[in-house]
Amino acid sequence: MSENKGLLKEIAEYKWKFTMTPARKVLLLLAGLGVVCMLYRLATGLGTSTNLSDKWPWGLWIGFDVLTGVALAGGGYGTAIIVHVLHRNKYHAIARSAMLTSLLGYLLVMAGLFMDIGQWFNFWRPFVSWGHSSVLFEVFWCVSCYTTVQVLEFGEIVTEKVGTKYHEAFKKALPVLMIIGIVFPTLHQSSLGALYLIMVDKLYPLWWSPYIGLLFLMSSFFVGPAMICVETALAGKAFNHEVPIPVLRGLVRISGVFMVLYLGLKLYDLANRGVFNLMFEGNLEGNLFLLEIILGIIIPIIIAFSGMSNTRRGLVTFGVLVSGGLIFNRMNVVFTGMSAAIGGWYFPSIMEWSVSIGLVAIGCLVYCFIVENFNILEHGEHKVIA
Amino acid sequence: MAKGVLVDITRCMGCKSCQVACKQWNDLPASNPAFANGLTSPPDMDGYTYTTVKMEVIERDRDYIIRGAKRQCMHCEHPACASACFAKALQRDPKTGAVLYYPHLCVGCRYCMLACPFDIPKYQWDKQFPLVAKCQFCFDPEGKYDRLGRGLAPACVDTCPTGALKFGERDELLKEAWSRINSNPKYLKKVMGEKEAGGTSWLYISDVPFETFGFRPNLGIKPLPEYSHNFLKWTPIIAMGWGTLLTVLYHYTKRREQIASEGDKNVHM
Ligand code: SF4
Ligand code: SF4
Repeated sequence: MSENKGLLKEIAEYKWKFTMTPARKVLLLLAGLGVVCMLYRLATGLGTSTNLSDKWPWGLWIGFDVLTGVALAGGGYGTAIIVHVLHRNKYHAIARSAMLTSLLGYLLVMAGLFMDIGQWFNFWRPFVSWGHSSVLFEVFWCVSCYTTVQVLEFGEIVTEKVGTKYHEAFKKALPVLMIIGIVFPTLHQSSLGALYLIMVDKLYPLWWSPYIGLLFLMSSFFVGPAMICVETALAGKAFNHEVPIPVLRGLVRISGVFMVLYLGLKLYDLANRGVFNLMFEGNLEGNLFLLEIILGIIIPIIIAFSGMSNTRRGLVTFGVLVSGGLIFNRMNVVFTGMSAAIGGWYFPSIMEWSVSIGLVAIGCLVYCFIVENFNILEHGEHKVIA
Repeated sequence: MAKGVLVDITRCMGCKSCQVACKQWNDLPASNPAFANGLTSPPDMDGYTYTTVKMEVIERDRDYIIRGAKRQCMHCEHPACASACFAKALQRDPKTGAVLYYPHLCVGCRYCMLACPFDIPKYQWDKQFPLVAKCQFCFDPEGKYDRLGRGLAPACVDTCPTGALKFGERDELLKEAWSRINSNPKYLKKVMGEKEAGGTSWLYISDVPFETFGFRPNLGIKPLPEYSHNFLKWTPIIAMGWGTLLTVLYHYTKRREQIASEGDKNVHM
């Protein structure tokens, strides 16, 4: 009991920092708006706040907040493999910020999912009523467990500053957590894609694939370094912290290798199923597919393996293209690829937008807060000095 | 043995009494009439409508004919909806073949709606805490809305005045369907539901293409749950294998790093 009090006191007395800037004021506003819409949605139901319908039961929240969010947050496990399992210490400088982005990403995904389920007070059901034949069951368990693991991993960073007496315990647990924390995302990154396996007669053949799970997994892995490029460029401006180019370049090349593999598998699969020509049909699906592959995969591959990845600008372009391409891909699966089969049309309501934007804004604010108060960005240097 | 219903589209006269019987038996609220094509009403199933007769006008021999097909849950033998539900809120009763919805288990993720190849499950969008709605085959283990469990035909079948709906053992209905098809050349040589998506309890025969009434033209015959199963069966193997591999790699590279730093204290990675 007294120990507990000590911890609370420690938290209360710790000198928390939060600098106000104009950008953060805007973010606060968006976050506030998002929270209001979320409360409204929870109080009144899905029908009043969204444009979802019997034809379009899944919309922006599943498509962007969950499917895309999880993939973009995938940078955490990729980096964990490189830094903590393969012990490539040169990448230590970005390990913590990648992990943090990933943790925040998952918390937001959980929030997005929670918004999207109709019987939200029933969210715990699948923990006791095991629908284990469902791919969604795997997604649900893995996302829940992985978020828990990430919170625990983060405990090691927090206890450097507050609750220091628990630091050793967290540190000891870290290697085990790391490995569990890699297995879970490997499983559910692929199962997110596999959700669509059962929609074989609905999802357009350019996106439906028996390998859709593997394709989702690979893309979540190669988008990691891209996100790090974008994130460090932003954080570099905001916090005066630059990650050395060779570190980023190394990551971008690892990413490039996986993109080549991805492209290969994708083309092999299309040819194998005899739907290769669909991409040149000139219809909406074909054109968007080409756009996705050229902008999101082929051009980035060229950047990764040419001199362009030696410059900051090249790296940022790579990051933007790959992350954008991934978002585009997930949107194509959820919307473009389904629309011919489902019919009708769907465009997210203002409330759906403001909840999604609000969640992202909350994520950015929390990121800033944590970076200001804990050793996230400076961690690399710390190690060298100590 | 699993039950079934044979729907003979050529015999339906579009009186919609099956729709009314369904609403009445299941205590479903009625709504203001709305029409699709001027004939189908309500235009589609929704959160409070388990069945609707799709009426279509078809041009044939410079003349027009009207056909109606009652649409509702097909009660698949390998239901995609049940295999998609991660909370077991949809389950198939092996005795009757009815695919039942258990509202208290439902989380409201709506994956079942996307998974169903016949686009059946609907949602109560206007409710604060909406539930999924679909035909229960008039089977109710709790008793209140039960007919099948008491040996009665579903309410819709019971009320159909033309014999367009026939209730019975699925096997026997299938035989009868084929003998009707073979004895009369007007029928298409196909029983919708015999093999589609692995087979369904409701079977349809018709003299006009099934797509007219919204059946997907490209329905495969492979049971849809197999797609998920073929993916999920790898999960434990991958989890164990990957976990072990990572552990080994972790120790191996760590050891190598230690040896390297012991060998040369000046080198800092
Ligand atoms: S028709 Fe759809 S809702 Fe009915 S049992 Fe088959 S998959 Fe489930
Ligand atoms: S909406 Fe309900 S019944 Fe449908 S899959 Fe989700 S939990 Fe199961």
